[in-house]
Amino acid sequence: MAQTKQSGDDALTSLAGRIRAAAAAGEALAIRGGGSKDFLGHVVGGAELGTGDCRGIVAHEPSELVITARAGTPLADVEAALAAEGQMLPFEPPRLAAESTLGGAVAAGLSGPARPFRGALRDYVLGCRVLDGRGQPLAFGGRVMKNVAGYDVSRLLAGSMGCLALLTEVSLKVLPAPPVAVTLARECDEAEAIREMCRLAGQPLPLSAASYGDGLLRLRLSGAAGAVAAARRDIERSLGAGESDPAHWEALRGQRTGIFATPMPLWRLSVPAATPPLELPGRQLIDWAGAQRWIATDADAHTVRAAATAAGGHATRYRGGDDTVPAFHPLPDALLALHRRLKAALDPAGVFNPGRMYGTL
Amino acid sequence: MSALHDPRLDGELPRVDRGRLLAALRALLPAEAVLHGNEAIAPFECDGLSAYRQRPAAVVLPETVDQVQSLMRRMNDMGVPVVTRGAGTGLSGGALPLADAVLLVMTRFSRILEVDADNLCARVQPGVTNAAISEAVRGLGLYYAPDPSSQIACSIGGNVAENAGGVHCLKYGLTVNNVRSLEVVTVDGERLRLGSAALDGPGFDLTALLTGSEGMLGVITEVTVNLLPVPACRRVLLAGFDAVGAAGDAVAAIIAAGIVPAGLEMMDAPAIRAAEAFCGAGYPTDAAAILICELDGVEGDVEDEATRVRALLAAAGARDVREATEAAEQARLWQGRKSAFPAVGRISPDYYCMDGTIPRREIARVLQGISDLAERYGLGVANVFHAGDGNLHPLILYDVMNPGELEKAERLGGDILELCVSVGGTITGEHGVGREKIDQMCVQFSDAELAAFHGIKAAFDPRGLMNPGKAVPTLARCAEIGGMHVHRGELPHPELERF
Repeated sequence: MAQTKQSGDDALTSLAGRIRAAAAAGEALAIRGGGSKDFLGHVVGGAELGTGDCRGIVAHEPSELVITARAGTPLADVEAALAAEGQMLPFEPPRLAAESTLGGAVAAGLSGPARPFRGALRDYVLGCRVLDGRGQPLAFGGRVMKNVAGYDVSRLLAGSMGCLALLTEVSLKVLPAPPVAVTLARECDEAEAIREMCRLAGQPLPLSAASYGDGLLRLRLSGAAGAVAAARRDIERSLGAGESDPAHWEALRGQRTGIFATPMPLWRLSVPAATPPLELPGRQLIDWAGAQRWIATDADAHTVRAAATAAGGHATRYRGGDDTVPAFHPLPDALLALHRRLKAALDPAGVFNPGRMYGTL
Repeated sequence: MSALHDPRLDGELPRVDRGRLLAALRALLPAEAVLHGNEAIAPFECDGLSAYRQRPAAVVLPETVDQVQSLMRRMNDMGVPVVTRGAGTGLSGGALPLADAVLLVMTRFSRILEVDADNLCARVQPGVTNAAISEAVRGLGLYYAPDPSSQIACSIGGNVAENAGGVHCLKYGLTVNNVRSLEVVTVDGERLRLGSAALDGPGFDLTALLTGSEGMLGVITEVTVNLLPVPACRRVLLAGFDAVGAAGDAVAAIIAAGIVPAGLEMMDAPAIRAAEAFCGAGYPTDAAAILICELDGVEGDVEDEATRVRALLAAAGARDVREATEAAEQARLWQGRKSAFPAVGRISPDYYCMDGTIPRREIARVLQGISDLAERYGLGVANVFHAGDGNLHPLILYDVMNPGELEKAERLGGDILELCVSVGGTITGEHGVGREKIDQMCVQFSDAELAAFHGIKAAFDPRGLMNPGKAVPTLARCAEIGGMHVHRGELPHPELERF
C-alpha cells in the first residue's frame, strides 16, 4: 500500500505539472483513462493526459459500504475487490474493456441495466479529489454516507466528460451483492413490452433490470432466495414468462449485443420510460425498463433528436456517424452559457477536453 | 458564530433605499403579496434555527413563476439581495433574512402539477409539503422516499435547497437521489429547466449541483420527484443495550453482514428518557442506548433479515429485542424517535441540534468524545441519530436565560463538528451549512476549495445577490477565525484521546 501511495503521489505531481504547463502555454489536454470510451463525444485536439500511473485502491472497509480508489484504477480491480467482500457497484457501469478505469467510468457517468431500480452512477458518488485547471489539488464531498457541506461538485463532475477537472480519486457508496438472481423472458411486441415494464416497475418487486430487443422482453429479479422465488411465481403467472439465459445482462452491460456491432451510427435516447415505441427507422433495443432506447439508424440527427425531445428526453450520438453532428444533445443558449461559466470557474485556461462535449465548451 | 451579516467578514452588501424598494415591489406584485412593517414580517424573522433572528427589508409572496422572474430581474437591476425561503423549517439558518434584502417566500406555490404513475414521478411546485406528495400518491401504491422529521411542514423546494435527508437515507438516499428534474429562475430572471423528464438530462448534472445549494444559485420554481412502490412488507425491531459502545458495534455488524435496513436509528439514555416521558413509546428507560431497526421489502426477504438482525443484535450484547409486525405498533416505536426533538425541548429550556456525519466505525468513540467535551463545558447532551448513515444529531442542552450559555453551547457545537471532521467525517450530513456552520466550513475546506465554490457561485450569480453570507464563508472570514481554530492536518483537541 505504501508503494501505491508513493507512486500515486509522484503521478499527481507530474499530472499537476503538465496541467500548469498547458495552462501557461494555452494548450489543450485530452484526458484519457483506459481509452475504452474514446468513441464517445468529439475528438479533442490536445496532447494526451493519461491517468494510468495514478492507480490503486486507497480504502475499502466493507462495513462502511464505501470504496475509495485512484482514478486510473482499472474498474475491474475495483469490482474484484468488492466481489471478494460480497459487494458490488450497484449502478453496473458498462464493462467495455479490461482497460476501463474508475475515473473514466465516473467522467462518462454511464450506468448499466440496473439503473432504473438502483440509481445511477452519480447517485453513488460520495466524494472526489481532482486537479483543477490551475493544477491545484482539491477535495470535495467525502467518504461518509451523507454530506451536504459545500456545493455538490463530485456529482457535477460525474458525467462531465472531463471538461471541468481531472479526477484523481473517487469515493463511491457500494452495496451488498444480492445472493440470488433469475432471468425471465417472454416474446411480445414492443408496445406491450413497454407497458409491462412500466407496470412491473411500479410494483414492489425485486426487479433489477428490464430490457426488450429482438422481440423478447427480459426481466431480471435479484435479492434473497425467497423473495426472488415468490416474485418469479407472480411474473410467470401474470405474464407467462419463462426462465432465460442470464448471460444476456452481462452482454448488455458490456455493450456486446447485436445492436452495438452494427455499422450504422448508434444513438442513445434517454426518454420517460412509458414513451410509446419511437417511430424511427433502423434497429432498436430498449433498456432501463423503457427509459433508455438504443437506436442504430441512418436517420439524420434532427429526426432522431426531434423524437427524443417530443418524448421529453434527449439524444446522444453515442457511437459512429458524422463528427460534425453534435454528439451530445444541444443545450438552450442560456444553459450553454452557464456551462461555459462553470468551466471557466474550474478550468479558466480551457485546458481540459475542449470540445469533447460541446463545440464551445 | 454571529448570526448577523458582518460586512467585514461576509462581504459588503449594497445599501438599499427602502422607499424605492417598496415602490418597486408594489409595482411588480399584488398588494397582499408584499409585506413590510414590523408586525407583518415578524413571523419571517427566523427559520427553524430560532436562535438567529433578523427582520428583512420586505417579505414577498409571489404566486406565479412570471412574478418570480420579474422580481429577480428588478432586484438584479436595483442590486438588491434576495433570500429565498420555503416553509422555514430549516435547522441551519439557511433562510435567515438580511436587514437589507428581500425575503422571497415560496409557500404559495403549493400545487401538485402532475402525477405520472407510468413514469414513477410527480411534478410539483416548491411550496408543496414533503408529506403531501406521499399522501397524494398513496392510492397508487407509491410514495416519495425522503422523510425529514419535519415532513408534515417542510416544503419540497426547501428540501431540494438543503438536500434534506430523513430516517430512510441509508437505503433510499437523500433528496438528491430522489429528484429527477428542476425548474429554476436565475438571478437575472432567466427560467431554466435542469435535467429532463427522463432519468437523466443533457450536459452537466446541474440538478445535482442545485440540490443542496442553499438558495445561493437559483430560485427553485418546480421539482420533479421520483416515486417508489410502497414496500410490500415492513418490520421494526427495538433493541436495548447496557452500553452505548455495544449499540455502535451492533450497527457496524448489521451493515457488515450485508443487510441494508430501511432505517437504523440510535438514541442514548437522555434521549430515551425524554422521548418516553413525552409520548410513552415503550422504550426501556434504564437502557444506555436503544437501536430501532426498520426492515422493508418483499415478505420473504424481510422475515429472513429480521431473523439475522435479531441474532446480530444479541451477539453485540442487546439485552432484549422487540419486534413490531403490526403497523400501529411500528408507528408507536417510531413515534418516540420522531418526537425526540420536541421531547428534549421539554426537559431543557433550549437545545441546539448538531448534524455531523462520521464513518460508522467511529460511532462509539465519537460519542465518548462528545460526552467528554460536554462535561468540560458543563452542558448536557442528548443523542438521537441516524446510526446507519453515521449521521449524528447531538442535542446540546442549554438555557438562553443563563448569561453566556448560548455562546457556550455554540462553542461546544463547533468543537463537536471539528471532532467529526478529524475522524474523516463532515460538519453537516443533512441540515446544511446555512449561517450556523459557516465557520466550520473553514475547518473542512482549504482556501483553494472555498475559492472553487465561490467560482461556481459567481458562474450563477456574479454579483452575489442570492442569499449572501450563507453556505460558503469568505476567505476573509476563515482568515479571521483561523486564529481560534486548528486547521486540518492537525486534530483539534490534542488533549483528547486520538482515535
